[in-house]
Amino acid sequence: MKGMIGKKVGMTQVFDEQGTVIPVTVIQAGPCYVTQVRNQARDGYVSVQLGFGETKPKNLTKGQLGHLQKSDLPALRHLREFRLADDAGIEVEEGQEITVAVFERGEMVDVIGTSKGRGHAGTIKRHGFARGPKTHGQSDRMRSPGSIGMCATPGRTLKGKRMAGRMGNDRITVQNLSLVLVDAEKNLLAVKGSVPGAKGSIVIIKPANKRA
Amino acid sequence: MSQELMQALVADNHKHPQIESGDTVRVHVRIVEGTRERVQVFQGVVIRARKGGNEANFTVRRIASHGIGVERTFLLRSPRIEKVEILRRAKVRRAQLYYLRDRRGKSARLKERR
Repeated sequence: MKGMIGKKVGMTQVFDEQGTVIPVTVIQAGPCYVTQVRNQARDGYVSVQLGFGETKPKNLTKGQLGHLQKSDLPALRHLREFRLADDAGIEVEEGQEITVAVFERGEMVDVIGTSKGRGHAGTIKRHGFARGPKTHGQSDRMRSPGSIGMCATPGRTLKGKRMAGRMGNDRITVQNLSLVLVDAEKNLLAVKGSVPGAKGSIVIIKPANKRA
Repeated sequence: MSQELMQALVADNHKHPQIESGDTVRVHVRIVEGTRERVQVFQGVVIRARKGGNEANFTVRRIASHGIGVERTFLLRSPRIEKVEILRRAKVRRAQLYYLRDRRGKSARLKERR
């Protein structure tokens, strides 16, 4: 089991030895704790539950505190499960601390986050539609979606037609980001490129699914 | 707190003097040509200096041959910048000296600061 929960700190840039600029996203990852191990026999599936983000005990419910006390852990705000294929892949036990040391510099990872919510967005922002003409006698067509279907046949708008609506606030995975920096002292990771979500939002870091 | 964490990543090779608008500087840039490496010097007036950790940069303007103005922006913390020498500091009344682009010769002079 290899993975962590972290908090997006923000973006900056670093230089490599040649002086090439690398854009990076800084993630404060861990320390995470193994809060629970689920196995095939008892739970019907295999996963490891990690906790992250120490908080005051009064901010959690008694049920949550009880769950954490089983493994003698501090109050943790965020819990996430990491699914595994079989019991052999567990390799950790409840109560164990997981730090950024599990990752190595140069390794490829996938990062999962929740994208920024855009509210009710039009078709231009949401689906990349082209806008209408600004001039030549046009009025109120600039950001309109255009036609949404045919005439009497079929006489209805097709299902799945892309239209305006809620955008963002979705779970997004970015694959194959290389780890540019692992700082075990400050619990920091830096991945090349951008990561979904606002600063301060919770992200999950896993080894790359499609190893590059 | 997040600002402090970002600070951790700022390159600590920053040994250059404080660069301000109006300074006349000589920038030594490391240039790699194939396998060879050499140092190129670019001398001119700083018309802009921006802060921002690893992203800090400054723009140097110099008048090349035939009176053609050449501007080059350098990343202050880049390892490619070998050395920055400050030759002269001028008294300026704004942070961005873009007005120098429209001037040449005598009117593009800056008064030295003492």
